[in-house]
Amino acid sequence: MDPILLVLATLDGIAYAALVFLVAVGLTLIFGVMRILNVAHGAFYAIGGYAAASLVLSISDADFSPWLSFPALLVAAMGVGAALGLVIERFLLRHIYAKEEVLQLLVTFAAFMILEDVQRLVWGVQPYSATDPVRLLGTVDVMGIPYNAYQIILLPVIAVMVLLGLRWFLRRTLSGKVITAVTEDRETAIAMGIDARKVFTVTFVIGAVLAALGGALASPTTAIQLGLGAEMIVLSFAVVATAGLGQVEGAALAALLIGLGRSFAVYLVPELDVLVPYMIMVLVLLFRPQGLFAVAEKRRI
Amino acid sequence: MSVTLLEASSLHISFGGVTAADGIDLEVFSGERLAIIGPNGAGKTTFLNICTGYLTPSAGSVRFGGRDITAMAPRAITRMGIARAFQSPQLFHEQCVIDNLLLAAAARERAWNPFRPLRERPEHDEMLALLELFGLADHAASMVNELPEGTRKLVDIAVALALQPQLLLMDEPTSGVSSLEKFRIMDLLVKALAEQGVTSVFVEHDMEMVERYADRVAVWNSGRIQSVGAPDQVLADPSVMRDVIGV
Amino acid sequence: MRLVRYLPAVLVLAVAVLPLAVPWLKIVLTVALAKGLAVLGVVVLLRAGQVSFGHAMFFAASAYSAAFLMRGFAGADLVVLLLAGMVCSGTLGAVIGLFVVRYRYIFFGMLNLAFSMVLYALLEKMFHITGGSDGMAVGRPTYLGLELARTSFETALFYTSLGLAGAACWFVHRFLCSPLGEALSAIRTNETRLEYLGISARWILLIAYVLSAVLAGLGGSIIAVNQGVVTPDLGYWIRSGEFVFIAILGGAGHVLGAFAGALIYELVRFYAAAMAANVWQMILGFVLLGIILFASRGIVGLYRDLAALASGSRSHREPLR
Repeated sequence: MDPILLVLATLDGIAYAALVFLVAVGLTLIFGVMRILNVAHGAFYAIGGYAAASLVLSISDADFSPWLSFPALLVAAMGVGAALGLVIERFLLRHIYAKEEVLQLLVTFAAFMILEDVQRLVWGVQPYSATDPVRLLGTVDVMGIPYNAYQIILLPVIAVMVLLGLRWFLRRTLSGKVITAVTEDRETAIAMGIDARKVFTVTFVIGAVLAALGGALASPTTAIQLGLGAEMIVLSFAVVATAGLGQVEGAALAALLIGLGRSFAVYLVPELDVLVPYMIMVLVLLFRPQGLFAVAEKRRI
Repeated sequence: MSVTLLEASSLHISFGGVTAADGIDLEVFSGERLAIIGPNGAGKTTFLNICTGYLTPSAGSVRFGGRDITAMAPRAITRMGIARAFQSPQLFHEQCVIDNLLLAAAARERAWNPFRPLRERPEHDEMLALLELFGLADHAASMVNELPEGTRKLVDIAVALALQPQLLLMDEPTSGVSSLEKFRIMDLLVKALAEQGVTSVFVEHDMEMVERYADRVAVWNSGRIQSVGAPDQVLADPSVMRDVIGV
Repeated sequence: MRLVRYLPAVLVLAVAVLPLAVPWLKIVLTVALAKGLAVLGVVVLLRAGQVSFGHAMFFAASAYSAAFLMRGFAGADLVVLLLAGMVCSGTLGAVIGLFVVRYRYIFFGMLNLAFSMVLYALLEKMFHITGGSDGMAVGRPTYLGLELARTSFETALFYTSLGLAGAACWFVHRFLCSPLGEALSAIRTNETRLEYLGISARWILLIAYVLSAVLAGLGGSIIAVNQGVVTPDLGYWIRSGEFVFIAILGGAGHVLGAFAGALIYELVRFYAAAMAANVWQMILGFVLLGIILFASRGIVGLYRDLAALASGSRSHREPLR
């Protein structure tokens, strides 16, 4: 393989992994605390993307400084994540915590179906994209080939910041420690007086904001359109399953593995690029059914 | 001379820092009833878990009828003739009692004809008789999750017996059963075991039960077998009484 | 009073006879029957407490197998297409099943979704073979060797589907009552005991999975010849979601509920979807939530309540699935 292609594939993979990581880490965090796999997570990603693209486009229409588009991405993500997260947790998930696992899965699936049409109603069927941020940051020369700085620098930096920030939050702050306690042993945590409801709400909103942030950051380089949410939920599930459900740091490594796998496939066997993430997942699960970084649990009998 | 049915040799297993088995050697002879006693958390249930393949020991082996079964899956071991009743009953709680037993009978006969309803199995009468033995015939059509815990434990044992095993492992068979009932039930159980020629091992806390129903008793303490022998001898040993029962 | 008791029989009769009076209804009802077969597949797995979000892949796989057969051998017979579809979806089901039956609940549902997304992407991408998103045309096959005109073929296809649906109902009902079926529901309640009866939960689930794939495949072949065209949309997640939706709507885990649900769904969709094209998924989502939260026994449950009310006795409550 041409060394230049090798470098390009690696850079593509890292940029892609950064976005997938943001979505997957929210998914895995929510699962760890609430034991619910939120299928609607993919919709948070897509709606975050739509909202960010709309906001950036309206900023450039209104002739404000294009640099405002960076805070706009963040604002869109926080707004979408907080609003959707709160509404869904409060009005939907709260009623099903005691129900069977299948029903929980079905409820979040129903939420996903509803949100799919919300996107259709609000943004229609045409693709959206907001390229201002990419243009503003310009390009970096990589072995003589210009590569945009947005993907090569900004996305990985944000992903690493989110990872470090989450680690710090979960290990060093009180709220974070409470969340960790509920993840590790819910019964004991509740017996110790931790308000599980509050923890669930906070965790779900954090997860939702992260997914929306992934979508917002994708909007400058990806066409945001219908169907994106479904692709993202299965892809981030693949990442989360490869790492092991509930593994935050593991999700970062798995995202990198799958991101790189996919970008190399794009250069080497473009017909199969969609297959590669799942092939990686299936291979990992065949040998480690609980994922790379999780410890298998055995039921007491 | 008795024939050895199950033979555990130098079993080791530990969980985290706790050693549940530290060089366990134990034989079960054909036709006998062996009780295992010992303090809580000593590893008695772990022994049943190892014998049935639910756990794999870090060292040592289990042989059943001369065959090494150490790393086999629970279902393979079950098919070889070891059945198990659990401390907390493991049943299909949304099916009725007779269906639970019939499924065991169908599994035993490997009867998987997709066109023949379970209820029409030829073992139906046999299973009813088994329920009758435990005085449960009235509950044949009851849903398992509507029964009290003590009754469910009996159903659990009946399900294990429905497999017609060579060896039946039980974990405190009469805990949860009223003290008035437990002798009656054990009498019936012992009779059924004798009739079917089933060898049995039961983990027990109730020394009265051990004295009355066990042929031999093994004392499990701190991951080791402290002593094995006839109940009257073992239970007469003051160190056993001190370590196990705390008197 | 009597009417309520005989409602199912009356409905079956109505479905069988109506197309004679209202010919255009044939196509809609054939679609409903085809979907009902796929839903029946989902119902079989629900018996084990497992939900597949990707069953449309088997629907699509056998629909495409029909398209390829018709392209390769113009004038192939319907029987051949149906058999080939069942073999194709059954084989795919066995291969994917070997992997997914190792998992339960979240993993089971999502791995099925993942596999279906892969198939969908491949159908779209392999443009030179599958025609991409435009799909492939499916010619009209012969019917038991006869070359029928369009309307008579549609009639024949409809009654064939009706017969197949009836046979499938009967078979699945027998299957679920047999030791295999009872062991299947035991997977939901206590897999530990199942193991300790010497039964492999994976094998039982694999058998059920292949059966459910074959049922979905049968539906897919019927859809392919009924529509005369196959597109990747047949395998899209929205279609899988539709199957799950109908299964829950009909009364989770109930054999006749699958077809009752499919008929109602398809008729409502036929009249309402055009008016509500943009919010169709949303409506489905809300109805699904409503059923799960408030009426978890679906149409079959409602019918039983109605029948119980009519006969004056208390409703016999069956546990959910």
